[in-house]
Amino acid sequence: MPVAFLNFMEVTMNGLMAGVLYALVALGFVLIYKASGIFNYAQGVMALFSALTLVGIMEGQVPFSHLINAILGTEIHHFGWHINAFFGILFTMVVMVGLAYCVQRFVFRHLVGQEPIILFMATIGLAYFMEGLGDLMWGSDIKTLDVGLPQGGSLAIENLTVGLAAEGARYYGMYIDKLDMVATVVAAILVVALVLFAQYTKQGRAMRAVADDHQAALSVGISLNFIWILVWSLAGFVAIVAGVMWGAKSGVQFSLSLIALKALPVLMLGGFTSIPGAIVGGLIIGVGEKVFEYQFGPMLGGATENWFAYVLALLFLVFRPQGLFGEKIIERV
Amino acid sequence: MKKTFVTAVAAMMVAAPAMADLVFPSLSYRTGPYAAGGIPFADGFADYFTVLNERDGGIGGEPIRMIECETGYNTEKGVECYEATKGEGALVYQPLSTGITYQLIPKTTADGIPMHTLGYGRTSAANGNVFSHTFNYPANYWDGASGAINHILEINDGNIEGKRIALVYHNSAYGKEPIRTLEELQKKHGFELTLLPVDHPGQEQKSQWLQIRRERPDYVVMWGWGVMNQVAIQEAANVRFPMENFIGIWWSGGDHDVLPAGAASDGYKALAFHNVGDDYPLYDDIQKYVVDAGKAAGAGDQIGTVVYNRGLYAAMLTAEAAKEAQKIHGVSTLTPAMMRDGLEALSMTEERMIGLGMPNFGPTFEASCENHGGGGRVGVVQWDAESKSWSLISDFKPTDSELIGALIEADSAAYAAENNIEPQCK
Repeated sequence: MPVAFLNFMEVTMNGLMAGVLYALVALGFVLIYKASGIFNYAQGVMALFSALTLVGIMEGQVPFSHLINAILGTEIHHFGWHINAFFGILFTMVVMVGLAYCVQRFVFRHLVGQEPIILFMATIGLAYFMEGLGDLMWGSDIKTLDVGLPQGGSLAIENLTVGLAAEGARYYGMYIDKLDMVATVVAAILVVALVLFAQYTKQGRAMRAVADDHQAALSVGISLNFIWILVWSLAGFVAIVAGVMWGAKSGVQFSLSLIALKALPVLMLGGFTSIPGAIVGGLIIGVGEKVFEYQFGPMLGGATENWFAYVLALLFLVFRPQGLFGEKIIERV
Repeated sequence: MKKTFVTAVAAMMVAAPAMADLVFPSLSYRTGPYAAGGIPFADGFADYFTVLNERDGGIGGEPIRMIECETGYNTEKGVECYEATKGEGALVYQPLSTGITYQLIPKTTADGIPMHTLGYGRTSAANGNVFSHTFNYPANYWDGASGAINHILEINDGNIEGKRIALVYHNSAYGKEPIRTLEELQKKHGFELTLLPVDHPGQEQKSQWLQIRRERPDYVVMWGWGVMNQVAIQEAANVRFPMENFIGIWWSGGDHDVLPAGAASDGYKALAFHNVGDDYPLYDDIQKYVVDAGKAAGAGDQIGTVVYNRGLYAAMLTAEAAKEAQKIHGVSTLTPAMMRDGLEALSMTEERMIGLGMPNFGPTFEASCENHGGGGRVGVVQWDAESKSWSLISDFKPTDSELIGALIEADSAAYAAENNIEPQCK
């Protein structure tokens, strides 16, 4: 096979994998928007907060230690334990459920019936509050996240594909990142689990009912408060997964919250209300930006990925404003 | 009435700046996406002044007052910090951001307050004839580009013709700084240069590293910042690019840049204009007068890290310039104009650094009215992942001053023409 074709395939495969990582972030947005109509600006910060919490718990870091030490004059930093990743994730889930409860109890419960723009503004405030809280709780240094995820290219795939090129050609086998492969499997499991939860459990059906019509759901005795806590908790779980995957690449640091920027074109393309839309949107954006960079980047001076993702999303919007899988908005006069 | 008058006077005494102090503002960023780099610098900067205050009673008998203002690495906030603190009797500014530096060059010049941008900011500010109040010694970005090529020349016995070098850079004014110099050096030494921009923030670099894997350049030079550094080092390890052939600028060479990649970052190199580690007599004083006394800045957990040392070094140069100013003018209290004279008269010799308890901590250089950039000497440090430490593997060596001098001359001449600036040095 020609090397150019093999390289193109490599770029496409890596684009698909990158798309999965974008979709992981986008999923959190979709869950909350679908159930409550809130565009959660804080989703990126939730991923950061969950990753900070996970590292903090695993490393036995005392939360708010700087504050405690400054007030009490103590020198407390660590509990002295190290917890494995499984229990770390479990405890982080508990924290995220607690956070979901607080968000609902102290913020959104008081904003029921407000305009969507007000709710959006509230999530902006929430994002900055959580960023500050994360800093105060865990500090702002970069933390190494080691949950045992593999890193680096898969040698097996490289060895398997290196022979596809003609002999003597400058081809080193196809590069597929092992972390990306794990992310793909995890994302697939997550989506299947979310779909099963929504389709076959009582709480899932209640969640869908709320998503369809709040008033009707209330009239049949579904607790809006409970459902919203549930949805924010689910978004918190998704944030943990996204935080772990992205944090494993770069360490856990405050710029992790900027991964939300990667989710926006995915949402524009896939629609704000569809879980499959987030996945398909992520894949299209991932492949689109990587292939465009590979084919046209050198001619345009490179670094085309960020803006091209948005151009691609805009192109889709022109023809389908609700996104590929979004619900068509019909307003009757 | 009398009581009101006394209260008012007391209030004024509290509110008015203590003009006798030597005031050094620290425009720091301890919060936000770049905090990991801002905290150690701010800690080192503060701790050096604390040790001088506690051990020596300040500089020349005058206590030092450091005013810290949080910029969040945001240019607007940085300018606000400048405006808010300049009335406090600020003697010299360290904006710690290229963006803030560009905004403050005209302001500080108009206000007559000097600014020191150590290893960042506008490179052509090295020309004191045009930039009367800006100093960027001991080295600038163009020295960095030349230093990287010099190191590659050194390990290739002086011949890099036909070698392929890729520049992975932050797609911003900062990241583009070395391109012109590298292009000129490319003509001179005959290497091939590939430019690979990475968009802010640099969390996703798969395309760039796939290209590096396909094209297999001999060396990769990086001009990164923030998360871009950690991701690049991890991606380099992922594609099995040899770390000893991967050289970052000094802002890509902090402990926090290499630690997340763990063992995979072993052998990574970075340029340097100051030394590393804490094996210096001054650190004993820091332990005694700062740490043990409970006066360490921040959490006190950054001492000896690369960027902490950079903050310490910035404060050290500031303090030495203040001593020069006191000597020149024969007074202990200083004005910004006197401080500027001190910055221009600064001469860092090895004897001076030994006297400060910091032998071979930085390159030797001599500033002057024309030369605000120092000698442009650059070293190379290498990371040992096992011991989690950097070591200086190439001493501070001269860079291509002929080539860089011409570039500085051309750029500063253009700035002078745009702003109607007459040469200030007679």
